[in-house]
Parts: sequence; C-alpha cells; structure tokens
Amino acid sequence: MKRFAVITLFAMALATVFSTGDSKAATSLTGAGSTWVYPLVAKWSAEYQKLTGTEINYQSIGSGGGIAQIKAGTVAFGASDMPLKPEDLKAAGLIQFPTAVAGAAMGYNIPGVKPGELILSGPVVADIYLGKIKKWNDPALTKLNPDLKLPDMAITVVHRSDGSGTTFTFTDYLCKVSPEWKEKIGENTSVAWPTGVGGKGSEGVASYVQRIPGSIGYVEYAYLLETHEAYSRMINSDGKVVSPSLKGFQDAAGHVDFTKAQDFYVILTDKPGPETWPISGCTWQILRKNAPKETNMEVMKFFDWGFEHGQNMAESIAFGPLPPSTVQAIKNYWKTELGYGL
Amino acid sequence: MRSVLARRHVVDVVSKILMGAATAIGVFFLFWIIWTTLHFGISGMHWDLFTKDTPPPGTNAFGLRNAFVGSLILLALSLIIGVPVGLMGGTWLAEYGFHSRTANAVRFINDIMLSAPSIEIGLFAYAIVVAPTGHFSAFAGSVALAVLMIPIIVRTTDEMLSLVAGDMREAAIALGAPTWVVITKVTWKAARAGILTGVLIGLARITGETAPLLFTALNNQFFSADLFHPIANLPVVIFQFALSPYANWQQMAWAAAFITVMFVLVLSLVARWFLGKVQVPK
Amino acid sequence: MNGTDAAVRTEMGPVSEEPKSSDRPWRLSGDFLFHKAAVFGAFLAAAALFATVIAITYDSWTSIQTFGVWRFIKSSEWNPVTQTFGAFPFIIGTLVSSAIAMVLGVPISFGIAVFIAEIAPAWIKRPVAGAIELLAAIPSIVYGLWGLLVFAPVFANAEPWINDKFGAIPGIGLLFQGPPMGIGMLTAGIVLAIMVLPYISSIMRDVFLVVPSSLRESAYAMGATTWEVAWNIILPYTRSAVIGGIFLGLGRALGETMAVTFVIGNSNVLSASLLMPGATIPSVLANEFTEATTKLYLSSLIYLGLILIAVTLVVRFLAVLLIRHLGRHEGAST
Repeated sequence: MKRFAVITLFAMALATVFSTGDSKAATSLTGAGSTWVYPLVAKWSAEYQKLTGTEINYQSIGSGGGIAQIKAGTVAFGASDMPLKPEDLKAAGLIQFPTAVAGAAMGYNIPGVKPGELILSGPVVADIYLGKIKKWNDPALTKLNPDLKLPDMAITVVHRSDGSGTTFTFTDYLCKVSPEWKEKIGENTSVAWPTGVGGKGSEGVASYVQRIPGSIGYVEYAYLLETHEAYSRMINSDGKVVSPSLKGFQDAAGHVDFTKAQDFYVILTDKPGPETWPISGCTWQILRKNAPKETNMEVMKFFDWGFEHGQNMAESIAFGPLPPSTVQAIKNYWKTELGYGL
Repeated sequence: MRSVLARRHVVDVVSKILMGAATAIGVFFLFWIIWTTLHFGISGMHWDLFTKDTPPPGTNAFGLRNAFVGSLILLALSLIIGVPVGLMGGTWLAEYGFHSRTANAVRFINDIMLSAPSIEIGLFAYAIVVAPTGHFSAFAGSVALAVLMIPIIVRTTDEMLSLVAGDMREAAIALGAPTWVVITKVTWKAARAGILTGVLIGLARITGETAPLLFTALNNQFFSADLFHPIANLPVVIFQFALSPYANWQQMAWAAAFITVMFVLVLSLVARWFLGKVQVPK
Repeated sequence: MNGTDAAVRTEMGPVSEEPKSSDRPWRLSGDFLFHKAAVFGAFLAAAALFATVIAITYDSWTSIQTFGVWRFIKSSEWNPVTQTFGAFPFIIGTLVSSAIAMVLGVPISFGIAVFIAEIAPAWIKRPVAGAIELLAAIPSIVYGLWGLLVFAPVFANAEPWINDKFGAIPGIGLLFQGPPMGIGMLTAGIVLAIMVLPYISSIMRDVFLVVPSSLRESAYAMGATTWEVAWNIILPYTRSAVIGGIFLGLGRALGETMAVTFVIGNSNVLSASLLMPGATIPSVLANEFTEATTKLYLSSLIYLGLILIAVTLVVRFLAVLLIRHLGRHEGAST
C-alpha cells in the first residue's frame, strides 16, 4: 500500500513537471506552412531565440498546410506563398501580411550541362510540365539553346506532392504564359499534374532533382543556393535572358504597390522590366483575429524584429526585404484589423 | 523408369539450389541494408548529436538532442499507457476468461489488432485526441503508440501466464490468499520474465514507427518536454531530413536511423535473453 | 477452513469463482477492483478495433455524403482546386504495389522456409533463421531511407535494361516502359517484398516444423526427394496456415506507409507502366494529411483511410482465421 502511494505521488510529480509548458521562462510559439519561407524563418527564429529566449517552432509542411492549420487554430501563425483573397480572409476571420520577396527557379540535372547554361522560356516550361515536350533534345529546347549539346534523354518532371505556395506561384506564371495550361490545369497550391514525380516540400523537389538524371523541378531559389544545384536562366516578359537574383526579385516587386493592395494581395509573376525575374513571388503570414492577444502580440513582435534587424540575414539567402513604406503599412494594418498593435 | 528417377533427382537438385538462392537473396538484402545503415550511420555520428538540438537548414551544424529526448518521452508515456492496459487485458484472458467464448473472441480480435497498419492507428489517434483538442501533442502520439503496443503485451501476457504451473496458484489459495493477491504476488511474479519479454517486444515494435506520429506528435525543431504540444522525435526527423537536399541533414538522418536500428536490436536481444529464462512446465 | 474449501474448489473450477468471503470485506473489494480492472483492460484491447473503425467513419462522413461510395471508388480525379476527390488511383496503387510484393515475396519466403526447415544443416539453421527475423526488426523508415538513397540509384541503372528487354514485348511491354528514375511502382513493390519476407517465411517455417515427423519420415522412407516431400506432403498439410501467413504479409504490404512514401514517386496520375511513379493510400495520407485546406479535403483523405482499413480488416481477419484453423484441427504442438 505504501509503495503504491509513493509511486502515485511520484507519477503526479512527473506529470506536473512535464505539463508546465508555457509556465517556463521562455515562451514558445508554433507556426507552420510554406517551405518557400522556411529558410528565412529558420534563420530569423534561431537568432531571435538567442536574443529574447522566445522559441518560434516552425514546421515547413507546405502553404496548404499552413492555411489549414491557422484556420483550425492549431498554430499561432500560418505561412503561405499564396495570398488569400480578401473575401476568404474575412470569411475565416484571418488577416495576412507579407514577409519578404523571393523567387523560384528551375533546377535541372542534365549530364554534361553546367549550372546556368540552360535557357528556358515560359511557354516551353509549360509544355514540359504538360508532358508535351518529353526529351531534352526536343527542337523547342534546342532552339533556345543552340550552343548546348542536349542529350537524347527523357525529361523527368518533378513537382510538389504537398500543398504548396511555390506551386501556386509557379502555376500562376504558367497560366500567364500558356493559355493551354490555364485552360487545362489552372493555378493553386495543389493541381492535377499531368505527369511527373512528386517531392515533399521544396527540399523534396530539390532532392529528387539532385538524384534523378534528366530531371527538372521548380524550387525556391534559396534551396538551390544551399545545395549548389544547377538552375536555368529564363526569358522574361521583356524577352531578355535573366538569371535568378535578389535584384531580379526586387525589380518584380518594384512594379506593385503593397500599400495600395487590400490585405496586401499582390502577384509578382511575369512582371515587366529588363532584369525582372519572371517567377518572383511574395510570402505572407496569416494570423487569426480571435487568437489570444498575447499570442498575436508575440508573433507581431517576432516579425517586426525580422523587418527591423533581419534584413542582412534575409539578403544573404536572396530574400528581398520589404520597403519601409510597406513595413509601416503592415504595422498600421495590425492596429486597424486587430484593434491592438505594437 | 530410369528417366523418371533421373528427372525427379534433377527436380530435387534444382529446387534445392533455388531454395538456397532464395535464402541467399533474403540474407543478401539484410546485409546490404544493415551494412549501409552502419556505414552511413557511423560516419554521420558526432558528439554534437547528443548535446545540440536539430539545426535549421543551410547551416553546417549537427544535433539531435531534442529528437532523442522527445522519442524517449514518447516511449515512456506509451509504456505508462500501454503496459497497464495490456497487462490487465492479458491477465483477464489467462486468469478469468480462460477458454470461454468471450475470451476466445477477445483473443481473435487482439490478433487482428496485432497486424493493424500503423497509419490506421495514427488516424484513430488523430480522430480521438488531436481533432477534439485542436492541436497536435506528444500525448496523442503516445496514445497511438500505446494502441500499437497493447495487442503484443496482451498476447504475451496471456501466453506466459497460462504457462505458470497450477500448483503455485493452488498453494497460495490454500494459504488463504484472495484472488488478486494470488495473481499479482504469485502468478505475475512467476511469469515476470515472459511478461517483460512482451513489453520489450512491444517497445521494439513502436520504436521507429513514423506514420502514426505524423498526424499526432508532429515535430518540433526546439527542445521541448511539453506533453500537450508537438514534440521532436527521431522517426519524423529522419523523414524530414532524408528527403532534404542538405548534406548535414542527410548525414544526421542516417545517424538517427543507425541509432534506431541499434536500439531495436538491443531490445530484441534482451527480449530473447529473457525469453530463455521463462520456466516452461515439465 | 477457508483454505481447504478453496483448495477443493480449484480442482473444480476457475479461481475467479471464489466464494464471497464474509469475514474480510476489504479483501472482497480488492478482488472486485482487480477483476473489474482486468475486464476493463481486456475490453479496451478488444474495443480498440471497433473504436478505430467508428472514429474513422465518423471523420470521413462529410466526404461519404458528398461523393457516395461507388463514385468515390471509381473516380480518378483527385483535384484540391475543384474540390473533387476520387480514390481510384490510390486503390490501384495500393493493390499493384502489394501484388508485386506478393508475387516476388511469396516464392522467396517459401524457399527460405523450406530451406531452413528441411534442407539446411543444423549449423546454418539458427543463424540464417535469426538473420531473416532481423529483417522484421528493421523499422520501416530505415527501409524507406535505404530504398531511396541506396537502392533506387542502383535500380536506376537496371531500369534501362528492363525498359529495353521487357518494354519491347507487345502487350505487357506497356508495364515496363519509362525513364530510369530508380523510384516508382516497381521499386516500391520490391522494397515491400523484402519487408514481408520475414513475416511470411517465419509463419511458413513455424508450421512446417509442426508437421508430424511420422508423415515426413514415412515419405522419405518411401524414397521421396526433399522437394517432393515439401511440395506434396508438407505444403498441403499446412495449406491453411500458409495461406494465412500470405494474407498476413499482404495485410502488412497494404498498410505500409514510410517505405512506400520514400520510393513510390508520389504521382496521383494512374500510369500503365510499373517503372513510373504512383501513389498508394498510405503514401498520399502521409504526404497530404497535414495540408488539407478544407474540411472536405481532410474528410476525403480520412475516407481513403477508411477504405484501406476495410480492405486490411478483411485480409487480417482471414489471416488470423486460417492460421488458427491449422492450430486447432491439425494438432499444434503448443
């Protein structure tokens, strides 16, 4: 009997130790969503934790997942590269604000073709992903790359298997450059891909492209920088051949005015300009209006810190910081939408 | 007559070669898998794995501490939930139900649950813990793992208790002990090696299970011992890291796989050793 | 007094029918509580089966109401954009990958079981048996890891050969055409086959050893070869348990998640060729569950899980039935 009592007391003590959670000195928040923004949030949160002790636990499960989780209220913030339309935000009681500007590039694995040598155009990429162009030495490709020796190899298309804002940005671009794509497939975080292999997250796509000879995949640029994979140049809407770069993304952003867009709903693909990168995009954070005030305040503090102090970190992985006018507009937006702000 | 004999002989020799080849194939794949796990796993081992937490992508750091601790917490909690239920269930079968129709029905159902796909149990735990509470948690993960472990413990407890000689029980009853004392102080004690074997086999089964944790405990890049929120764990970390293009993450995935395999092997060996100590009735 | 009565009673019946002892009420409550706890434990263990089915049906109700049963099973459209969902590609993927696993795994398991039971000399028996059982101890995520990072690149070198040799055959050649990705339906089937080997072969081996030696020895005495004894005596005798073992392996292959998710290529499009990527119900659940953006999407995913459970329940039920059938009728040694 005595032993039983001792064990029960011990178990209760253990239980109290383990379930304290938020009563520790450090606060901890969970966010989830876009793999596009994961490198940035990961860098920022590691630094933020050192400075303030607050832990921002970010799960990169894809924009679709981020949207689902924040709607369900299971996370403090959801990250998505597909902006929600103002009517959807209102209906679900959510608000969204942009974080940074970046771009997706086409990674490839073609034996004998070095990084940056391959040139692609929007319509050609659409045809590859539609399954109409099946081999690397197809005339459409050799026309764009007269100096390259493209092998007689099957193209393995790699796309995302999970719900992804990168997919949204990519398919939005394809809709703009290919009427057939727009009609048959459309744009969203997850589409009915006519062909190809599905990788989980941008990491998964980059990983498959690394492994499968003859493959091509769309990946957020920061991942390609990390893994030193080959990525192609593209012909932008001005007809110029451009490489993905921070300047290319920021040039695209220069053509939109965040402060005038309702709920910051902007699209950055296929913008004009001599050095603009065609597959540029933004990434947003989504908050619940009726989440506890402390939670939303912590999230706002974190991103505000990122806007003020995290710009160098962002630029080092080719994430373009938002202009100061946009940051101010975001802060005003918080105040007006939530009723409280920083 | 001779030709029939010769044909039968040829068939026999050929079939023996094929059987040998089949066995060789099985053993070959085993060695291949174990060898690659050892090779990549050991080369991915670092002291940092045990002292630092999982690093963000793009750095060259190593660390798995939060995943180790998280997995141990999940295993411990599963034991706390699963062992009592399994032990009592097996005890009921052996000591109260015997071979009644109800007891045999329970054994049948239990055997079906033994081979339940772990993803099914994961969905179940999602439906009864995550969906109502509204968030992922270590607790939900442990529930899923416990449900996977219980059928094994029920079955081994049932079998091991049945092996205990009747004279021990009768001696205890003759001394005036009530039923529950007989069971706990005599029968359980006599069968403790076998029951422990069942627990160890159950533990080995749930170590490395990933699918149920994907919908319940999720993952956590920071160190956390909070039971009511997502917690880091080895299998989901392996899943995430293996599918990534980062070299250090892939190395850590192999190291984690290596440690998981070693853990399961040690558990199995210890279980087998205990099984050897089980007293079989004469 | 009390004790002799009890000793007499144990000869006659189960301990649980102990008389209610009138002199020590606290003991009665100890017995009562313990008994109830034991019943509760057994109840939980058995109820888990039904609870699983009920809970998952409940969560898939939205999707069942929207798509019905037949339409959902027959539809090939899995489109989160238009919110139309259909299970057909995943059902086919699950069945095909498991079928490959069975076609490859069952003969090899049979060979292993006969080898260990009949052919191998004593000094090889135990280590080989131990080695095969070790295959079962390896967690499925390690299979996935090995499959993707080690086996797939090697297999990608074999695939052009398969494409050329088998792909050229008219008719079934369609099954073997495709770029050498290394991953895909065939790779998933092969990895699954390796995974089910220990389960099927150990059940086969156990029941082979249970065959009465008188049967075997009399066959050998008449001059039968090892193969003839295995094929004509042992196998028919253990037939139901062997089939049960195969069903057990099938159940395992149908529900396997991690190993398949790594190597199947995650394509929701039905493809004729085994060299192309595909998807199974467990792999699509693992990939898309945490990101279902709408209630219908989540419910449809869980609906897929329900279909999987229905299929595996039937398979596992038959497996347990068949394996126990042998034990009861043909005289198991335990």
